[in-house]
Amino acid sequence: MTDTATLEPLAEAAPAAKKELTEALLYLDAVTVTFDGFRALNALSFTVDPGEMRAVIGPNGAGKTTMMDVITGKTRPDRGDVFFNGGTTDLTKLDETQIATLGIGRKFQKPTVFESHTVLDNLRLALKGQRRALPNIFRRESAAERERIDEIFETIRLTEHRDRLGGALSHGQKQWLEIGMLLAQDPKLLLVDEPVAGMTDAETAQTAELLRAINANGHSVVVVEHDMTFVRDLGVRVMCLHEGSVLAEGTLDQVSANERVIEVYLGR
Amino acid sequence: MNTKGLAMTRPPALLGTSGIVFLIVLAVVAVLVPVLNLAVTPDSAVHVPTYVVSLLGKYLTYALLALSVDLIWGYVGILSLGQGAFFALGGYAMGMYLMRQIGTRGVYGDPVLPDFMVFLNWKELPWFWYGFDMFPFAALMVLLAPGLLALVFGWFAFRSRVTGVYLSIITQAMTFALLLAFFRNDMGFGGNNGLTDFKDILGFNIQADGTRLVLFVLSAVALGLGYVLCRFLVRSHFGKVLVAIRDAETRVRFTGYRAENYKLVAFVVSAMLAGIAGALYVPQVGIINPSEFSPANSIEIIVWVAVGGRGTLVGAALGAVLVNYAKTYFTSGILAPYWLFMLGGLFVAVTLFLPKGIVGTYYDWREKRRPHDDIPGAPIAAPGPAE
Ligand SMILES: Nc1ncnc2c1ncn2[C@@H]1O[C@H](COP(=O)(O)OP(=O)(O)OP(=O)(O)O)[C@@H](O)[C@H]1O
Ligand SMILES: [Mg+2]
Repeated sequence: MTDTATLEPLAEAAPAAKKELTEALLYLDAVTVTFDGFRALNALSFTVDPGEMRAVIGPNGAGKTTMMDVITGKTRPDRGDVFFNGGTTDLTKLDETQIATLGIGRKFQKPTVFESHTVLDNLRLALKGQRRALPNIFRRESAAERERIDEIFETIRLTEHRDRLGGALSHGQKQWLEIGMLLAQDPKLLLVDEPVAGMTDAETAQTAELLRAINANGHSVVVVEHDMTFVRDLGVRVMCLHEGSVLAEGTLDQVSANERVIEVYLGR
Repeated sequence: MNTKGLAMTRPPALLGTSGIVFLIVLAVVAVLVPVLNLAVTPDSAVHVPTYVVSLLGKYLTYALLALSVDLIWGYVGILSLGQGAFFALGGYAMGMYLMRQIGTRGVYGDPVLPDFMVFLNWKELPWFWYGFDMFPFAALMVLLAPGLLALVFGWFAFRSRVTGVYLSIITQAMTFALLLAFFRNDMGFGGNNGLTDFKDILGFNIQADGTRLVLFVLSAVALGLGYVLCRFLVRSHFGKVLVAIRDAETRVRFTGYRAENYKLVAFVVSAMLAGIAGALYVPQVGIINPSEFSPANSIEIIVWVAVGGRGTLVGAALGAVLVNYAKTYFTSGILAPYWLFMLGGLFVAVTLFLPKGIVGTYYDWREKRRPHDDIPGAPIAAPGPAE
């Protein structure tokens, strides 16, 4: 990328903050987003380390989806810094496509697959590779690509659905397909918004297992989820958002013991 | 389409069953019409008079125009209400070549200037008329004029993410602006009379039966090649991205594709196809004037595609021929004053009762008849718009 920002704007930051920045895969500092005067994100700051998996919880309207919108370039923050790759890349200067190309993949809250394409074509489209228009007119699928897709099919357990249309899948299957598409993209960081909504208990457990496997393979993951059993299954660091900022952070037990968290979220 | 097992190992066929049927029908028509025109005596019941040959040729150019709209509307979701502009530009490029072929045979006998310029008291040929005395240059312009307009227009529109109704409105505004511009005499394109009184094309008398037959056959060939090109595009990885953009543009961007570039390529290809259609249309109807830019024309094309079946390619061509046949039939009888109402009614009826058009509805019906079970594990062939 030619238009990636350097460390310059932060050169004068305190040494501690700088170390945090250079070691983080994702670094958000004092990010504020307002919609018609309403603060969806309010000076939100946190970091995600390389290889880390992080769960994000919080009541409806806490700003979880907006946080992902900011990271992926869908929404521009009014104020604040969003850096990727140890502070080398300023995400607020890039658009969705550039950010995706950098290695940030996203699963939407409402499962979004290409409905009139087959499940197989959905994965083909997502698979890491040529993205430019003209070369893709003459593109042929390589044996390596075919193998990789077969692997992903195994992982997301949709092998026998490969020739069905994306739109014909059940809600839970769409969620998995979308995770599979993320895997195919092979991003450094996966942002996963409510992956188990509409899933049975068994499917939920399988999804936790799947995400843990993805994380174990070296991908960093940020998962937003309301399902506490699922969050417990993940067994990772938890962050609770409320009114656009971090209310509490720590292990699930620490966070769920926090009085404020119980008050605004768990004790509803 | 391929059968289930094969689909996994072999890339699917370029042409579906309907594509093959379409090309065969087209080939038969392209051979049969000239034969019935030349080899059958005029008193025979199956004789095809030359004016009918030209009429059919005109339908074929409309079918190519409809195909160009289906490529962007059916597969990318770009509802262009200005496609007529690209058709007209291709037509004008051809018309300019034909004007310069007239030479001294014009009313004023000027060897260089077309009649309308002499009439306007112009002394010199405007610079943008240079080169049009050479056919290869004119042929290049048939592609470049619509292609460049689409490139510039699309670059701005897609980059600023103008979509849906807004995009439709600005495409309509584009063709309307061109309509007004081409009406002006000082634009140098013959004002509201346009370009006409053509004498010959590549040295052949444009009125001659033989020339008309060749133009007809060329129109059929262009339609066939246009179809194969569109089909190749929509079945490629590129084409799959187009359909993905139509269905979920945001997702496409987050997957790392530059949606605007894909749209732009499709838009430019579509404009060039429309330009070729226009260039074949003009010598067969003998005139090109600014009315080809009229917004209503572009809307009519949408009706053809909707009737035949959006996103099916074959349907677009079929719709263009059917609706224009109906138009010829009705506008020459006592029902003539009511044609526009009938066209409007047809569009409403199709939207309400046949939303997938003739071919789309047929595909659905064929899909339902095919025995398959929707149990997970059984592969289901895609009834998608790509087929
Ligand atoms: N484009 C927008 N325009 C106006 N307000 C918005 C927009 N996007 C989000 N909001 C508001 O910002 C707040 C935060 O929304 P967000 O979707 O981030 O919440 P969330 O934490 O993801 O909630 P949920 O758990 O329901 O998904 C909400 O009050 C929402 O109404
Ligand atoms: Mg949300």
